[in-house]
Amino acid sequence: MVDNEQRIEFFRQMARIRAYEAALQANYHADKTPQWDIGAGLIPGEMHLAAGQEPVAVGLCANLVKDDAITGPHRPHHLALAKGVDINKMTAEIYGRDTGLSHGKGGHMHLFDPEQHFSCSGIIGQGMPVAVGQAMAFARRGTDNVAVAVAGEGAANQGAFHEALNLAAMWKLPVIFIIEDNDWAISVARDTATPIKDGSLRGTAYGMPSQRVEGNDVEMIYEACKTAVDRARAGGGPTLLEIHTVRLWGHFEGDAQAYRGEELNEAAERDPLPAYEQRLISAGILTEESAAAIKAEAEAEVNAAIEFAKSSPEPKPSDAYLHVFA
Amino acid sequence: MTATVDAGTRRVTTAKAISEGIAQEMRSNPDVFVMGEDVGPYGGIFGSTGGLFEEFGSARIVDTPISETGFIGAGIGAAVEGMRPVVELMFVDFFGVCFDQIYNHMAKIHYESGGNVKVPMVIMTAVGGGYSDAAQHSQCLWATFAHMPGMKVVAPSNPYDAKGLMISAIRDDNPVIFMFHKGVMGLPWMAKNPRSIGPVPEEEYTVPIGKAAIAHEGSDVTVVSVSMSVQHCLDVAEELEGTTSVEVIDLRSIVPLDREAILTSVAKTGKLVIVDEDYKSFGLSGEIIATIADKDPSLLKAPVERVCYPDIPVPYARVLEYEALPTRDKIKAAIAKVTA
Repeated sequence: MVDNEQRIEFFRQMARIRAYEAALQANYHADKTPQWDIGAGLIPGEMHLAAGQEPVAVGLCANLVKDDAITGPHRPHHLALAKGVDINKMTAEIYGRDTGLSHGKGGHMHLFDPEQHFSCSGIIGQGMPVAVGQAMAFARRGTDNVAVAVAGEGAANQGAFHEALNLAAMWKLPVIFIIEDNDWAISVARDTATPIKDGSLRGTAYGMPSQRVEGNDVEMIYEACKTAVDRARAGGGPTLLEIHTVRLWGHFEGDAQAYRGEELNEAAERDPLPAYEQRLISAGILTEESAAAIKAEAEAEVNAAIEFAKSSPEPKPSDAYLHVFA
Repeated sequence: MTATVDAGTRRVTTAKAISEGIAQEMRSNPDVFVMGEDVGPYGGIFGSTGGLFEEFGSARIVDTPISETGFIGAGIGAAVEGMRPVVELMFVDFFGVCFDQIYNHMAKIHYESGGNVKVPMVIMTAVGGGYSDAAQHSQCLWATFAHMPGMKVVAPSNPYDAKGLMISAIRDDNPVIFMFHKGVMGLPWMAKNPRSIGPVPEEEYTVPIGKAAIAHEGSDVTVVSVSMSVQHCLDVAEELEGTTSVEVIDLRSIVPLDREAILTSVAKTGKLVIVDEDYKSFGLSGEIIATIADKDPSLLKAPVERVCYPDIPVPYARVLEYEALPTRDKIKAAIAKVTA
């Protein structure tokens, strides 16, 4: 059961992620004027933000330790922050600075933190087999660590998803497959991409325990992940969790989202953060003041990380030739 | 380590040399394991894992389902956590179903991570034709892999190099594509050049990745080749002894390419023939010529001759396939032309 201390920590972590994504969004657009240009500004390139999906990352990572692994998708910030990736180095990477996780070689879709066993990939579904291999390594070495593959609902239509599930189930590996169902694969709605309403059926088809989690509720997600992680640590093999969440913003920044129509307004009403804040206040676990203090603290941490990134040096141009080979 | 054995006293097939190299690394390093289709009791369709299952069992010699994206990706995951997987992709022609894992992940993770994450894995795969397996089971494709940064690419022509290169590949901290030509494996069920069975020391040794071998010394013409075609080149060089002095360079590695060895030899002979079973255009032969053009075009005293796979898919009928393959007759004709 979740206790009140955990609830406050869940709120703190979710507020921290939201503050991060909001600050990146503001900074991303701030210097792309007057003519919006995706390659311009201090944060160039594509930017996929995870506002709305905080409960997944926080509910999941509350069950993980440093030596557990995550492979994330192209929309990775919530997972990286919840897993414990250093916020300064991560932000510096997104700003393309030499102090970044990868000295500016990766960017926001390619965050690698070997200390936290965190990685992500810009290619849909392709982190899933990699997590299977990490789980193989853990099992071979006799540790009780687990590997988690996180991907969107669009990725469940990819071959890599099915191959990874089959391998993990066949070899009974400590893998947790998390599908973040945010209803949209860029502009393609879930119900136009697959006739399967409940994606957990796909895990059942591969003979593994599977569950669809509705509600985007951090406590329910935590409990579902706890069951899965405990089972994997105990040698009980993989689990598939399809978690229904919400993409509050565009697929990437600059996405006008005309395709969403009225659904966009409904999505805003499903924002998990104010809902959880109100719940904790109503239950007397937080007050208006303590909630505001948590949010202010998160904003201060995020602003400090952005200042760190902005004040860090860029890599030397000639560093482009380093690290092709070990 | 056993006592040094004269390399000439024991002759084995390339397939046996490869599996022996893997076995020796597996004995000394518990992080090494093998994964792929039919690598277990079958011993690899082309014998590359023969005998390993009997010694190491199913825990370390892992037969996989036909899920190339799945098991190559799993190899990457194991490698980033410090294991040293040897993953067999049965035919190189099959890379189409799993290339994302290879070029977008295996080859890029070290760079994308700014050098913080290593991917020490080997993909071994069968290449080449000559036995009517047609368009989807006969290609070489080393230049396709070599074109994408981040992978080392090796292709031995004989048993000695195969074992030494496999041990080097397993010990390398980078991903290595180990391409064995079916024709050099010494398989009992495929016609073979006697060079596919040769002297191999019993003890462990390495052949450096990125270092070409002068397989036959000569002074009139340089013939640069790799993999199976080297055997044809050596046959021709020996046949021409006394009339034309042919220097055969066996590249052994495509990445890194031993450009110095090529330049040194061409500086000596002034004549160049390139023999390559991979497609002619946009590939290894063009890269070799560019190497000379970049450095000093005046090294060449005659136009280069290329005996390469023409830019056509591999045909089935024997008469069609041999029209396209590099053969001894074509190599001889090319040598005659550049030395005329």
